[in-house]
Amino acid sequence: MTRRRVGLFVTCLVDFFRPEVAFASIRLLEAAGCEVVVPEPQTCCGQPAWNSGDRASARALALDVLDAFAGIDAVVVPSGSCAGMLRQFPAVLGAEHPRHGEAVTLAARAFELTSFLVDELGFEPPPVAATGDGAVTYHDACSGLRELGVREQPRALLAAAGVAVTEMDTASVCCGFGGTFCVKYPDISGGMVDDKLASIERSGATTVLAGDLGCLLNLEGRLLRVGRPVRVLHVAEMLAPPEAS
Amino acid sequence: MTLETSSKRFPEQVRVARADVNLQQALGKLKLGLSAMRSAAVVRLPEFDRLRDEAAAIRDHTLNNLDHYLLRFEAAVKERGGHVHFAPDAAAANAIILDICRAANARKVTKGKSMVTEEIELNEHLAAHGITCLETDLGEYIVQLRNERPSHIVAPAIHVVKAQVAEAFAAHHGAAPPGGREEASALMAEARTVIRRHFLEADVGITGANFAIAETGTTVIVTNEGNGDLTQSLPKVHIAVTGIEKIVPTLEDASTLIRLLSRSATGQEASVYNTFSTGPRRPEDPDGPEAFHVVLVDNGRSRMLGTEFQDMLRCIRCGACLNHCPVYGQVGGQAYGSVYPGPMGAVLTPSLAGIDEAGHLPNASTFCGACEAVCPVRIPLPKMMRHWRERQFDAGLAPRAQRIGIALWAFAARRPRLYRLLSGTGARLLKLLGGRRGYLSRLPLGRGWTAWRDLPAPAGETFHAAWRRRRGED
Repeated sequence: MTRRRVGLFVTCLVDFFRPEVAFASIRLLEAAGCEVVVPEPQTCCGQPAWNSGDRASARALALDVLDAFAGIDAVVVPSGSCAGMLRQFPAVLGAEHPRHGEAVTLAARAFELTSFLVDELGFEPPPVAATGDGAVTYHDACSGLRELGVREQPRALLAAAGVAVTEMDTASVCCGFGGTFCVKYPDISGGMVDDKLASIERSGATTVLAGDLGCLLNLEGRLLRVGRPVRVLHVAEMLAPPEAS
Repeated sequence: MTLETSSKRFPEQVRVARADVNLQQALGKLKLGLSAMRSAAVVRLPEFDRLRDEAAAIRDHTLNNLDHYLLRFEAAVKERGGHVHFAPDAAAANAIILDICRAANARKVTKGKSMVTEEIELNEHLAAHGITCLETDLGEYIVQLRNERPSHIVAPAIHVVKAQVAEAFAAHHGAAPPGGREEASALMAEARTVIRRHFLEADVGITGANFAIAETGTTVIVTNEGNGDLTQSLPKVHIAVTGIEKIVPTLEDASTLIRLLSRSATGQEASVYNTFSTGPRRPEDPDGPEAFHVVLVDNGRSRMLGTEFQDMLRCIRCGACLNHCPVYGQVGGQAYGSVYPGPMGAVLTPSLAGIDEAGHLPNASTFCGACEAVCPVRIPLPKMMRHWRERQFDAGLAPRAQRIGIALWAFAARRPRLYRLLSGTGARLLKLLGGRRGYLSRLPLGRGWTAWRDLPAPAGETFHAAWRRRRGED
């Protein structure tokens, strides 16, 4: 197998809150035979600006990402939401923009982590040594699921790694994060995350996984507030082989 | 702008809705009811997704040639002895309908379910001119008795629980009938008895139209209670009121759309009544109205043609986006302050009432995409809500705190060295504040987050700092 040179797009939330998600992603990609680079300078995909209607800022950030990832075979993102944003770059720049073609190329090479591992590489992760006590459930982050069709891929990886997933009854319903939504409309967002917590409880799971840190921070934040001992992990953290010492 | 809303008060209305125990109980059932029935119906129709493509194409073709099909429809209605009235706005529509009612010497008017007549506030207008307009759809009737607006475009009284219906009937009908007011079936029987009298007394019957077929001049209503049929066939005059975008070219097109409509709305293979009205009663007809009028209401729709919001006019008002929307599921329809709530309302309400009126609605979305995923005519609802946010941003209407926040963040994100400095400092600081607990319960400027959640503390060192350190670059 030829060794694919993969550029990791770290995402601003992973960079700031949970660097281990990026390190775990690197270990997984390396285990799958990729050469992983972390192009500099990268900061954010621009989604907060794009979804707030600030097209000029979104366009400027998209151009920065194009610069940083020029010449990379594949851009892999441990987030369906940010990967979905990279896929929107042609629309962000607009058809008239001189670099529209580059954006189309980047969009075609941007992948969410689990779908890249499964669909592009056919990767089967080694068994996970210890999944912890209790059942594990998986929350489908909205952008990954509905924009990118990420549903079976994380489940296939988990199955191959020997992690049994106990499905929630509302795995595909939004957790209420929604970026700035959760701080602009806290009462609605709070109701949504409580519905999700109830669904996790009905599943009996003591670990909840997802592929997007936004959802995970929202779920973990609410679980902490109500004092429920449910472990919250990014799917890469669950699957990645331990760090070589 | 002629659509009246209270959408500016969305945040207060959300608080009221969240605290309303009856509403929350009703919404709980919605989450499991209509969306589950839709899924089951879709599974039974393997060509469902292909039909969605066809339906979207039919709607696009019609909208791109709307002038042509409107004129064809008008000609076809006239040929069969009916009348077509074009109403540029709500006031014009109300005036036209009032004139028809007056010409018929109408004192009492019955009305089948129609969202456009809610949009133009027809009941209030007729009442102000001494004409009583009675709703005959059970849900609409309940909402009318309670003196409120519908909370769902298909199930207007979905926010009302049984005990509240009994209360409304007691207040308006007097003593309970022999069957009592405990059981839903008894309440329905009571409503049927009361409403039947109105059907027989009405001088004019007003309905909406799910579709208006250009080739035949036919209006179509898709209903379950049969009230629409009695409304339009018993009185001397039938007025069908609908939006200009409800035109479809052919009978065949209408049938494609109806197959999607019932399944998307309620999970039914077909609604109980699919009624096609073509012209007034002919001499050989056993029944039907003596006069047939169609009022085609623009009220801001034609302004959407050729803009980034044109696709919204594909909407066939099935309500699936409401039933699947987790935001609607938390607050119900009335919080939106518009007769068009939920995802379709978040796009349509600002189109008809103005973004300065309805700015909250396209913002109160996580862009989860559940609406677009179920839309029978594939309207890209989240994308259009984003377009409203763009219009809002461009017009300087976005909230100040948000504009400043995004501007500062974008300024830093475009300067990687500054960004690394700020994010590194911030991560260390929050880690420190999180202390041994590992999370924060209060945040400066972060009350929106901490109202409901703690904030898991960051690891302390950002990824990019750790990466440089590990690679010996620092």
